[in-house]
Amino acid sequence: MSNIPADLRFQKSHEWARLEADGTITIGISDHAQQALGDLVFVEAPEPGRHVNAGEGCAVVESVKAASDVYSPVSGEVVAGNADLGGQPELINTDPYGAGWIMRVRPTDKAQFASMLDAKAYAAALAAETH
Amino acid sequence: MHEKLIFEHSAPGRSADAQYPQVPVEAPIPAALRRASAPLLPEVSELQAVRHFTRLSQLNFSIDTHFYPLGSCTMKYNPKACNQYAMLPELLNRHPLAPESTGQGILQILFELQEMLKEVTGMRGVSLTPMAGAQGEFAGVAMIRAYHKARKDFARVEIIVPDAAHGTNPATATMCGCTVKEIPTLHNGDIDLESLKAAVGPQTAGIMLTNPSTIGVFERHIDEVRRIVHEAGGLLYYDGANLNAILGKVRPGDMGFDVIHMNLHKTFSTPHGGGGPGSGAVGVSERLLPFMPVPIVGRDGERFRWLDEKDLPQTIGRLSNFMGNTGVLLRAYIYMRMLGRDGMQRVSEFATLNSNYLAARLRAAGFELAYPERRASHEFIVTLRREAREWGTNAMDFAKRLLDYGFHAPTTYFPLLVPECLLIEPTETESKEELDAFVDAMIAIRREAETDPDKLKGAPWTLPVRRLDDVRAAKQLDLTWKAA
Repeated sequence: MSNIPADLRFQKSHEWARLEADGTITIGISDHAQQALGDLVFVEAPEPGRHVNAGEGCAVVESVKAASDVYSPVSGEVVAGNADLGGQPELINTDPYGAGWIMRVRPTDKAQFASMLDAKAYAAALAAETH
Repeated sequence: MHEKLIFEHSAPGRSADAQYPQVPVEAPIPAALRRASAPLLPEVSELQAVRHFTRLSQLNFSIDTHFYPLGSCTMKYNPKACNQYAMLPELLNRHPLAPESTGQGILQILFELQEMLKEVTGMRGVSLTPMAGAQGEFAGVAMIRAYHKARKDFARVEIIVPDAAHGTNPATATMCGCTVKEIPTLHNGDIDLESLKAAVGPQTAGIMLTNPSTIGVFERHIDEVRRIVHEAGGLLYYDGANLNAILGKVRPGDMGFDVIHMNLHKTFSTPHGGGGPGSGAVGVSERLLPFMPVPIVGRDGERFRWLDEKDLPQTIGRLSNFMGNTGVLLRAYIYMRMLGRDGMQRVSEFATLNSNYLAARLRAAGFELAYPERRASHEFIVTLRREAREWGTNAMDFAKRLLDYGFHAPTTYFPLLVPECLLIEPTETESKEELDAFVDAMIAIRREAETDPDKLKGAPWTLPVRRLDDVRAAKQLDLTWKAA
């Protein structure tokens, strides 16, 4: 089944997040999400400087099946969007937790990150969703 | 059978003289705007052109040639008589700007169509002007906004949409300047009422619903949904995508909806799916009557006339130059007159019966229904997640293999919340024999999936083109033919 790295945090809506050494948070979509979407053909990552709220749709991923919003798990300022995805949306399919990262946010409230699902809880949520 | 491109039939200097103007055309186009080189056009004889396009037309998968169970689309048969009568010269040759006094006949037809649609939907007013489903949705949400603005309730800009909704609903809300709030669907297919209660408030403009929903079940708590939304000050929008399932049986007006759009081109006998023309007639409750798009046909005694901005000063305005797509409206009128009230009910009865029959047979054959505890409406969902997990054959593989068996594929991967799904809508016009043949094909394909999965993964094998690379098509769209 899908790969769920133990060192990441997750949302039920299938985003992952990683706290970096500089205090920013890197966000992408999970291996399960990329499998469910299928081959991605377009990704719209947010511009640096934009303020995002937790729970707000701030990026769009589009596959041959569907277009979906990516919801930020934390509020804060976007410090980077992954520009490589413009020409190579398939990076999310091949390396969802690495080269397929979508954006980096400087959070205003670190507690929001702390309250995300850990790998075990996300695996349980996935199991419940797919029976 | 493979048919070459018309460019591949081309030979330099060959042409169909009969198709050329016989005298030079003197066009007053300045030299600077004229192209210097001749355009690259195919050069074929008249007979080559006729054969090429005739052969292409014979490759069509269409409702006139194949079972077409494309869920959420109602690809049903459109009686030829509807088309025949809509083409009567007295109707066909009428100019939209001709005076009302010479067009009383067609105005009467449109007036009676408005009245019949009011009756079958339970709404208080109907406007026929929207030119397609998307414009009908636009008109509906624009009326909701106009209603709140007229009451100086400017804060109501949020439209609630269930996650199972058609993608057009959030798109429409956004086009009308609203924001979209999504609410979840429960595992049994009903709307999550607790989420709805939490979502409504003084910012709520309305909710957009399809009932039966896109997962093919009737929303059982519609009365509670109506109460929650109305008590919060919002209005209810009915997306007519699945009207075929309840035609003449249940009326959106009786469910408490304030506005509805109908796809006359799918439910009422105009072929669709080819990009038009369509008709997205809208129906409204009492409180939205003043905001309907114009023109509408009114009656003064025995005379019919157009009602316009003078009659409805609060109208959201005009959506097209004239009164909508009259050809589609005429077909809808003829269809309804031929069916009558009883016939209209048979449409929904047989659509639902066929759907439940297919669902029961597929389930008995070992397929997993997404909502097994619910009675299907006019469509239902099969999930192929087990087949995908155990044999590596997904919904797309089944769909492509069905083409080899001579059936158009059902809708795949929609709605998004069911994994590996086929959304199957047989419609009321299919015979039991046809439905049984479809089940037989599904059973045969399932057996192949287990014993010889490559049969599915490589499908289609028998069509003019094999499996298309839709990822490459989306990423490297190339619409220009170039000589090799």
